[in-house]
Amino acid sequence: MIHFVVHEEGDGVGVVVVEGVKVGQQLTGWIMEDDKDVMVKAQSDIPIGHKVALRDYQPGDTVIKYGVDIGKVVAPIRKGEHAHVHNLKTKRW
Amino acid sequence: MAMDLSKATFWGYKRENGRVGVRNHVIILPVDDISNAAAEAVANNIKGTLALPHPYGRLQFGADLDLHFRTLIGTGSNPNVAAVVVICIEEQWGKKVAEGIAATGKPVSYFGIEQHGDHDTIMRASKAAKEYVQSAGELRREERPLKELWVSTKCGESDTTSGCGSNPTVGNAFDKLYPHGVTLCFGETTELTGGEHLVAARCRNDEVRKKFQFMFDRYQEVVERHKTSDLMDSQPTKGNIEGGLTTIEEKALGNIQKIGRKCLVDGVLDKAETPTGPGLWFMDSSSAAAEMVTLCAAAGFAVHFFPTGQGNVVGNPILPVIKLCANPRTVRTMSEHVDVDVSGLLRKELTPDQAGDKLLESMFRTANGRLSAAEALGHREFVLTRLYESA
Repeated sequence: MIHFVVHEEGDGVGVVVVEGVKVGQQLTGWIMEDDKDVMVKAQSDIPIGHKVALRDYQPGDTVIKYGVDIGKVVAPIRKGEHAHVHNLKTKRW
Repeated sequence: MAMDLSKATFWGYKRENGRVGVRNHVIILPVDDISNAAAEAVANNIKGTLALPHPYGRLQFGADLDLHFRTLIGTGSNPNVAAVVVICIEEQWGKKVAEGIAATGKPVSYFGIEQHGDHDTIMRASKAAKEYVQSAGELRREERPLKELWVSTKCGESDTTSGCGSNPTVGNAFDKLYPHGVTLCFGETTELTGGEHLVAARCRNDEVRKKFQFMFDRYQEVVERHKTSDLMDSQPTKGNIEGGLTTIEEKALGNIQKIGRKCLVDGVLDKAETPTGPGLWFMDSSSAAAEMVTLCAAAGFAVHFFPTGQGNVVGNPILPVIKLCANPRTVRTMSEHVDVDVSGLLRKELTPDQAGDKLLESMFRTANGRLSAAEALGHREFVLTRLYESA
């Protein structure tokens, strides 16, 4: 069963595609572009469509998705945690 | 095996100017806000006609007024429209819109309310509308080659599943339509922010690239001039954020999946401007769903692909909007709005090629006459883009 998808190898976040992901759950991810599997343990409850971090981040780090910069980290994120507006912000506007 | 489109055809209405429509609407088109009541009364009198009320058209000036006329004339000129009754307060403006539409050769007439009043105008306009709707009913669909179909796209209430499911499905379909000479369009200028370099890299040549960059920079300047925050209340929207999208860059990269991987950007259009040849066109436009779809209709597009994540329910009075969705929760909770369910993509139950074919199959069925979900549900959002205050 696929719990989250990753656009391509090297992306730092995956997208949860099932409902009800809970903290502590072992998640299976599918790297779409490379058709490979990746595993991560959820460190937060993560709603469907929201992102799971695939590595640790410190404030100031850049998050890569689709192989491209999607913004800057503003609060520490651990691997397996929920990455969203509370810890990730735009670099534009 | 992927769908063979080399001999593909659809059944449409060939219009006087050679364009082919997939609907046969007789519209009652008000030029301004205060003509809405008469236009709606005519549409109520004459069954089978459709009024397109809207809130604008008074004391606009300059580029904003030009866009107003371009949108109204474009809407009337769209090949999904068989005939038009224009209603206005001031006759000169109605004449201008009617003459613009008449250039297509289709039946059109205009009626001014001033010096007549609503009653007399409604009576005169109803007589014309009755003739038009009876004649339109006698028009027959003909089998036409695929290249005569014009297809636009815009996504809405996007979430992260849009970028990995429904938007790449549109991209797959666009990549398949492009080599067959279909006229295609995308836009949403601010929603390319963070991925604009990827669009620039796909432009056919430097001239197109320069034009694209001009439109992109122009819109960024509007945002910079008026913003009071980092736009976290607007771009991404509350719905986008609820759906898991965090930044404009992330939203833009998902958005850009709609233009596929192979097709080049062949040209750049101003808002509501009509393409002059086949290929993929970028139209400078708002990213608000109803505004963008209205501009596509005014540019002459006949079918629209609308991928959604969280479930945008938008439609258009004259342009069939085909919705596709990859979010399994939205597909479950809002199924009546979804024409094409591609949630299987995220479970590896559907390949991108199969998803693209599924969308194309829906496109042909919709073009041939099947009502899209938005049409059946009565979604007729007709929203004119304004550039600034009235005089």
